[in-house]
Amino acid sequence: MPKQLLIIIPCYNEQASLPALLANVGSLQIPGYELTPLVVNDCSTDNTYAVAKQHGAKVLDLPINLGIGGAVQSGLLYAGQYHFDFAVQMDGDGQHPPKELIKLLAHNEATGANLVIGSRFIEKEGFQSSFTRRLGIGYFYWLTRILTGVHVFDSTSGFRLFDKKAIELATGYYPDEYPEPESLVHFSKAGLRISETPVIMAGRMGGQSSIRNFASLYYCIKVTLAMLFSAIRKTQ
Amino acid sequence: MARIQIITIIISLLFLLYISRLIIKGKLREEYSIVWCVCTLILVIFSFWRSGLEVMSKLFGVYEAPNLVFTACIFVILIYLLHLSIVASKLHKQNKQMAQDIALLKEKVYSEDKQIEN
Repeated sequence: MPKQLLIIIPCYNEQASLPALLANVGSLQIPGYELTPLVVNDCSTDNTYAVAKQHGAKVLDLPINLGIGGAVQSGLLYAGQYHFDFAVQMDGDGQHPPKELIKLLAHNEATGANLVIGSRFIEKEGFQSSFTRRLGIGYFYWLTRILTGVHVFDSTSGFRLFDKKAIELATGYYPDEYPEPESLVHFSKAGLRISETPVIMAGRMGGQSSIRNFASLYYCIKVTLAMLFSAIRKTQ
Repeated sequence: MARIQIITIIISLLFLLYISRLIIKGKLREEYSIVWCVCTLILVIFSFWRSGLEVMSKLFGVYEAPNLVFTACIFVILIYLLHLSIVASKLHKQNKQMAQDIALLKEKVYSEDKQIEN
């Protein structure tokens, strides 16, 4: 029996890039896995919902904007409810090429890690972001290492594969805003194994990054605080 | 009784009346009204008891009586603001869970409708 894999595509105003992404996902065949794309429409103001439906994807339509973390968690709740074996987060802007998914799955088979992160930085290939962003990512590498002891070079990467255990944990708690680095602390405290594998990411096909210049200082402070509190919080 | 006393007493009582009206109309929940009722009562008490502030200042060892008023007020306001932040956080969390449940149910209804159609 093939393993069930849910592809969670959180979207906020991604009607431009969504058709190509869904076509890519639809044409993807991975032996031993059955893929189900699930678009999570985070209360977009454009036609994301209609576009996703048109292309035959399952859609979770959030009535209010929850932010990336809340949207991903909704997808994970779906995965938990319908007993999926794996769930993968793939951003709606087309930064995460679907065929790179094979690498995440292969890495999971090889290491048995509960959470596999697709990283841009282990091998420097494909789209690399700006200098300041890389500086921030270096900072989070050290912070993650100090708090969890895990080496994660691309702790802000949203391209990540959850196994059953990780899905179950994330349905209980997953941060709303800028969830990626904080959730690493949460997962590692709960005893889950986190591992990273190199992937090649594309530039954005459309839309805007959720982290822009003015917000980046706020991002650093907020995420640092969240990670510190996560590290001292008792796991439920 | 001095004129200012009468004015403060009337204003305090009007305020209390307004709060009761809000509760009766269901616009203010009882648990949030307690702090307002208590504050108004304190105002009424000190309006009647003119030397009360002096007595309290001596009790706490404050030289200038108005300073006690400011300190106490700011302290109470800060605590109440914190309380409101906690309430907002709780509402935020419940709101999120509700939105997620609605989205999941909507998807379920949609796919079941589709199954019936086919």
